[in-house]
Amino acid sequence: MKFDVLVEVKLRPGIADPAGATIERSLPALGFSEVEGVRVGKAIRFTVEAADEDSARARVDELSRRFLANPVIEDAVVTLS
Amino acid sequence: MSTVGVVVFPGSNCEHDVVEALTALGGRGELLWHGDDHLGDVDSVVLPGGFAHGDYLRPGAIARFSPILGAVTEFARSGGPVVGICNGFQILTEAGLLPGALQKNRGLKFICRDVSVRVESRESPLTSASAVGDVLRVPINHFEGNYTCSPETLAELRAEDRVVLRYVANPNGSIDDIAGVCSAGRNVVGLMPHPERAYDPLLGSGDGRLLLTSILETTPAKKHGVGPPVPAG
Repeated sequence: MKFDVLVEVKLRPGIADPAGATIERSLPALGFSEVEGVRVGKAIRFTVEAADEDSARARVDELSRRFLANPVIEDAVVTLS
Repeated sequence: MSTVGVVVFPGSNCEHDVVEALTALGGRGELLWHGDDHLGDVDSVVLPGGFAHGDYLRPGAIARFSPILGAVTEFARSGGPVVGICNGFQILTEAGLLPGALQKNRGLKFICRDVSVRVESRESPLTSASAVGDVLRVPINHFEGNYTCSPETLAELRAEDRVVLRYVANPNGSIDDIAGVCSAGRNVVGLMPHPERAYDPLLGSGDGRLLLTSILETTPAKKHGVGPPVPAG
């Protein structure tokens, strides 16, 4: 079976996010002063071939941990469909 | 004087500065291509600064797949001196040869200026020619230079005296003012400042000499056939 995968790589809480901070600082100039907590991450999409959803998830979890995210500073959230 | 292998990745940009500085100090720098899977006959290895593989994904993340990293890892595990400068430091953490990670600077800005760093341990191939307490004026030039690690790793680094350089005035938010750390075996060292840009007073400072001279004077453990293993992580 083929699964569509979305891996969201997010900076862990407390890790500096200059892009997010810059976006947040810019928003009031456009009239969006009610926005806060902007965090910028990465969305990585691909497909994976696997026997079932569990084995697909296991493989993607491993590749996210070993490569797509650096566990010291980032978390990865995997969505399969 | 010894021969230092200086690894060139696609996107490295400080390799010639390192070779030039080592040559001026009476040593020899030999450029090594990242696509090769051997180091040749070198006494130590420097991973220079720059933007290896375009810093894609994360700084240093893709360099792990360069064929030469296998040889560098083997060299490190057999006790060979390996020094990562700036992007080279980031590569060593991503490759698991040094603990922790380099996150974006606390002030949210790229920083390019001279800073003062204090030598905290002279037991490393980067600091053996200096003295504990020496304050060196050396430039930094980075966006992701804010060293971070788990509380357990930090406790270990402190207990084992593995913080080799600290910033006198922390420029980037690095945990515990860390500017450079070494591995458990002490032969792998990473630092964010660029000693090769401060090897002559003409450049604004000659303080980087002490660090580069340390690398040149380090006797590689492999030539004695001994060397402490370097645990990953």
